[in-house]
Amino acid sequence: MAEGERVLDVAGVSKRFGTLQVLSDVSFQVAKGETVCVLGPSGSGKSTLLRCINWLERPDAGQIYLNGTEIGANGAGVVMTDRELSRIRTRIGMVFQHFALWPHLTVLQNLMEGPVQAQKRPKAEVRDEALALLAKVGLSDKRDVFPARLSGGQKQRVGIARALAMRPDLLLFDEPTSALDPELVGEVLVVMRDLAREGMTMVVVTHEMGFARDAATRILFLDRGRVVETAAPEQFFSSPETERARQFIQRYAGQTASRAR
Amino acid sequence: MIHDFGIVWSERSLLLSGLGNTTILSVLSAAAALLIGFVLAPALMSKQRWLAGTVRGFVDGMRCVPFLLFAYIVYYGLPSFGIRLDNWTSGLAALTIYNAAYMAEILRGAWMAQPREPIEAGVAFGFSNVALFRRIVLPPLLLAAGPVIGNQMIQIIKDTAFLTIIALPELTHAASSIQARHYVPFAAFITAVLLYWGLCLVIEAGVSSIDRLAAARR
Repeated sequence: MAEGERVLDVAGVSKRFGTLQVLSDVSFQVAKGETVCVLGPSGSGKSTLLRCINWLERPDAGQIYLNGTEIGANGAGVVMTDRELSRIRTRIGMVFQHFALWPHLTVLQNLMEGPVQAQKRPKAEVRDEALALLAKVGLSDKRDVFPARLSGGQKQRVGIARALAMRPDLLLFDEPTSALDPELVGEVLVVMRDLAREGMTMVVVTHEMGFARDAATRILFLDRGRVVETAAPEQFFSSPETERARQFIQRYAGQTASRAR
Repeated sequence: MIHDFGIVWSERSLLLSGLGNTTILSVLSAAAALLIGFVLAPALMSKQRWLAGTVRGFVDGMRCVPFLLFAYIVYYGLPSFGIRLDNWTSGLAALTIYNAAYMAEILRGAWMAQPREPIEAGVAFGFSNVALFRRIVLPPLLLAAGPVIGNQMIQIIKDTAFLTIIALPELTHAASSIQARHYVPFAAFITAVLLYWGLCLVIEAGVSSIDRLAAARR
């Protein structure tokens, strides 16, 4: 665990769908400014883990703390009201695999909707910030366009800007480039690399080994719902401790090479 | 024939008041049916079997009853149970309840076809339940369901004509009175048809403006 202020603390989280144990006793911490990449084979529980962090899925066991405040339950294990849960969720940004933009709103409105409606911040201030964020992701000229008119890469950059507009303490990425055509992956990764460099605290579920290797501060390797390995990226990719990780890295080595930029 | 239309023209205030009443009946019952539809649609999709089953029974049942018979039952049948409603209340209640079943089914269909992810994004961004429904769920739902809701409104306008049998002074009733008084059936009824047609054109115009909004977002 890196030095510094702890933003996220996941302690012993388990989740079961019917008879399928998706997560078993998963624990990890994320310090302020860290980029933790969650890797693992399909079906290893990566997305479910991410969705448990903001209680889109309710964990069966374990605790999750954001800046020391427990999410989903009030200290004594009493489940939060919807209102309390909503309030804490406004501090966690999320970027979705299929973008999940609001189709009836323009790009600028997509960015402003959360801060204005969920955080009740003043419109003028939110608008200025949203315009600056659009410039940051290179989409100032698309502000009045509806999401349907954007390419996949543009949609996902809007998705990231929309999450940033919430001024989140923590940003969650759920396979942000998996739904993109290969030639559009790069433009999204550029934005994510910038965020990592600027010290945004991020948990990224991804299959982009190149990104994990050079942007992550730490790798969390999941297999069959368990944390099998957690290590710095250079250590994880050059000398993984477990056989499962070794096999996984080998399988993805080819794809990483073909995506090298 | 021209003379017949002249007679109808001389009774224009009666026709216009009929048209006004038809409009009031249509607008009020469509709005109320839509609101009730919004309550029934989630019930149709409920995981509570008894709730979904009960509402499904009502919706399917109502859609298989001829409206004329349903209006008879409300106006002439309910007094047997001690419920005596005047013709306006009966007419509005019958139209509303009958069409709420259709609206519920229309909304359920559009709701099911909505992608889940944008709604989930609203949850993840910390929208309250009310804000989520009002800001994220409802607008795309109305854009998607708009044309079908418009069709149903046209159906409602035409259904109001049946209410002439419970002596509601709506458009068909006005046309009937004029033809009975002056014996000009063709002119009276054709005029009424044209007026119904005009009302439907207004709805069509509304539908196509919703369609333009939706097309820009597709």
